[in-house]
Amino acid sequence: MPSLHCENLGLRLNGTTILDGLDAVIPPAGVTALIGPNGAGKSATLRVIDGLIPPTSGRMRIIADGPVRRAFVFQRPALVRASALANVALGLVPLKLPRTEREARSHAALARVGLAHRARDPATRFSGGEQQRLALARAWAVEPDLLLADEPTANLDPAATELVEGLIADMAARGTKVVLVSHNLGQVMRLAADVLVLARGKAVEHGPARAILTSPQRPETRAYLSGELPWTSFAAAS
Amino acid sequence: MLQTLQETAMRLSTLDRDVVAIAWLSLRVSLSAVAIGLVLGIPIGAILAVTAFPGRAALVGLLNAFMGLPPVIVGLVLYLVLSRSGPFGSLGLLFTPIAMVAAQAVLATPLVAALTRQVVADAEAHLGEQLRSLGLSAPRRALALIHDTRFSLVTAALAAFGRAISEIGAVLVVGGNIDGHTRTMTTAISLETQKGDLSLALALGLVLIGIVVAVNAVAALLRGHAARAYG
Repeated sequence: MPSLHCENLGLRLNGTTILDGLDAVIPPAGVTALIGPNGAGKSATLRVIDGLIPPTSGRMRIIADGPVRRAFVFQRPALVRASALANVALGLVPLKLPRTEREARSHAALARVGLAHRARDPATRFSGGEQQRLALARAWAVEPDLLLADEPTANLDPAATELVEGLIADMAARGTKVVLVSHNLGQVMRLAADVLVLARGKAVEHGPARAILTSPQRPETRAYLSGELPWTSFAAAS
Repeated sequence: MLQTLQETAMRLSTLDRDVVAIAWLSLRVSLSAVAIGLVLGIPIGAILAVTAFPGRAALVGLLNAFMGLPPVIVGLVLYLVLSRSGPFGSLGLLFTPIAMVAAQAVLATPLVAALTRQVVADAEAHLGEQLRSLGLSAPRRALALIHDTRFSLVTAALAAFGRAISEIGAVLVVGGNIDGHTRTMTTAISLETQKGDLSLALALGLVLIGIVVAVNAVAALLRGHAARAYG
């Protein structure tokens, strides 16, 4: 499994500083959650790790025994106007598999996310939850060494969230390194082994999930965590 | 006037041989030109939409400018290229339907490429990051986006067909408007009007309008079906 070395990463886009000397070593196993307020640079960090955006300064190193197969799941699934099967198979094109194997793996991935019966349906007709499951099926089919997930459940209802979390946990258990961006701290607690806290483009705290979430050491982390609304607050007020 | 209208109606109702022959040649020439324009223009436009390289903006600007190429200038340049003293003069293509197809293809290709680039660029803004993250090469991303926007690209084909079937300058110069050989609906309408055979000109004009309306109607049906099927 790959370990991810963010070395003094800087990123400026359109004159705005997004990452400002981010240093972190993300361990090779399990799920690492990136948390922090909006604008902290979490999504940008995922994109730099994936190579979608080159850093303006610093270096991103991915250390592994061999080539690292990557998959990225976005907050809003990006699907082409084609069948669910074709969307999953598209992710397998770079692997240059024989057509029969590509189809077999795509069918297996759809079955894994409970969409086998909708393989031939147009993906753009799916509900939001189904589209995200389809995006995860596409990632699952690739059998990635590294899964980058950017708030994959932000738009989903609790049932769909549970399903997506199950899939991510399953992939991590299969040996995929997962880096997850999430504002859902319950989800972070359920899935993540370690948590990297970002603020203003920097890594401010990194440690085991439980320790970070229950006894944060840095003021930025405490400020972020204390900003979460208790779920009873509105009920108590009404 | 009344007599002209009666003669026009007669020509259309009896499927006048001249009208059918001229319309059929026009359709063959324009559809061939559009086919060439689509085969060349769609990949060019899609690749321009998904790649970044120095000079790309200038190329896109040039492509957009070429959408408005004056047909008569295209005809003139092609005439020089295909004339006996030109580089391709030995092929003997001047004043043939092939030369007319080439001229209309030159007009259709930049139009298709520019419209494709715009449509694919819009799709790329939505899907590009995902496609790049899948590790797909630029040609494969372009192909995926062409597939994604295939129903919108019908508009590019329609625009190209409209430009090809209705232009007169290029086909007149390189085709020569030879009766029974290179006479299209537009060149025939122009000539017959000057000669005073208004019934033939009017009949061809109505056929031309009918073809354009029919092609647009089929495209609208196709898009409607696609929207229902794929959202």
